[in-house]
Amino acid sequence: MTGDTTASAVLTRGFWRDNPVFVQVLGMCPVLAVTNTVENSLVMGLATSFVLVASAIIVSLTRRVIPRQVRIASYILIIATFVTMADYIIQAVSLEIHRALGAFISLIVVNCIILGRAEAFSSRNPVFKSVLDAVGMGIGFTFAIVALGTIRELLGSGTWMGWDVLGPSFEPWVIMVLPGGAFFVLGLLLFLVNVIGERR
Amino acid sequence: MTGPTTQPAETSGLQMILVMGVVGLIASLALVGTFRATAPRIAANRAAYLQESLSKVADPNSTFTPMMAGEESWRDAQPTDIGARVFFGYREDSLTGIAVEASGTGYQDVIRILYGYDPACECVVGMTVLESKETPGLGDKIEKDAVFLANFEALVVAQGGVPSPVTMVKRGEKTSPWEIDAISGATVSSQAVTDMLAASTATLVRDLGRLGFPPVPARPDSIAALTAEPAAAPGSTQPNPQ
Repeated sequence: MTGDTTASAVLTRGFWRDNPVFVQVLGMCPVLAVTNTVENSLVMGLATSFVLVASAIIVSLTRRVIPRQVRIASYILIIATFVTMADYIIQAVSLEIHRALGAFISLIVVNCIILGRAEAFSSRNPVFKSVLDAVGMGIGFTFAIVALGTIRELLGSGTWMGWDVLGPSFEPWVIMVLPGGAFFVLGLLLFLVNVIGERR
Repeated sequence: MTGPTTQPAETSGLQMILVMGVVGLIASLALVGTFRATAPRIAANRAAYLQESLSKVADPNSTFTPMMAGEESWRDAQPTDIGARVFFGYREDSLTGIAVEASGTGYQDVIRILYGYDPACECVVGMTVLESKETPGLGDKIEKDAVFLANFEALVVAQGGVPSPVTMVKRGEKTSPWEIDAISGATVSSQAVTDMLAASTATLVRDLGRLGFPPVPARPDSIAALTAEPAAAPGSTQPNPQ
């Protein structure tokens, strides 16, 4: 998570090299819990990205003001504020999606990716780079959970974003929409990412 | 409070409290602002969703008045009654049907439903799930399984004012009009719906026997009263008829 600190490197490393899900293996609670459909995954990815970017801006702006002793408490307060704002906004946009995501929106507060980036990056870097880092990590997180959601929804329901893809003759694999299926798919994707990483 | 904080160890307690206080104050203002900006839209979404659900289980062209059974008569429902309200549907001064909220614990979390009740046949005439976090692919079939939902098209819940024993049976073994055909692989969720319906309908039948029907509201002419009041408290419904 160190090394090249050019703007483009900071932006892109979250997508693959330091992907928060596939490489850092952070934020496993939403990764396993809400990826049963692509739509849920996408909304969770976008909501998490919003909180990541917004908290990165504030944490970076206040990095010289907030004493080290109270920094974690302050970060949690800042993150919780943005999560609650995201919660209201999702309710205003679609109650259906809000119901589908349930308690997991509130649990974005304790997503290790957000607190981790605030502590490891935003609190030590200027605003512009912090935003790039947050955007990169947000895209990486969204990409990873949408990938999981795609596999689980296709195999578990035969659909993608609700559209019937595999036809009426397809027998859904019920395990894929259950928590067990999330572990199988995550394990498989971690394996593939490691294999590709080693070959490079 | 004395100079820049280049040496973290020298940060005073007062400074820490001050910083936390300022962060908390700004956070509070941001939350209040967001709440005020989104509250009308959220209330409208909830009202529209409730109206849509009411239309599924009762006459869609009726005006619904949310009530609660009191000691001696029906009273207007309050926001704290959400989850157990009885909606009386009226059209042109006559009662068209009753819709009732019920809730109970499912496999994952609380399930909230809304069902339509026809006092003439003493039966449930429709059921829709308002809120559920049941397992996708299994428990959430209580919202979509056609055979399961068909149970609630004419489920007899009372005979002559006496509640019927609403019970769940295995798929395909339904023989009585008060039995509910379960969903294979989602018996906990099916049982939860059965239990909440049995309890809620028994209470409703008793309340209707005890209190009769509430008087027809003076102004039952505002058909879209539920959606016409976007600034109402979340989930609350139309203003009291004058």
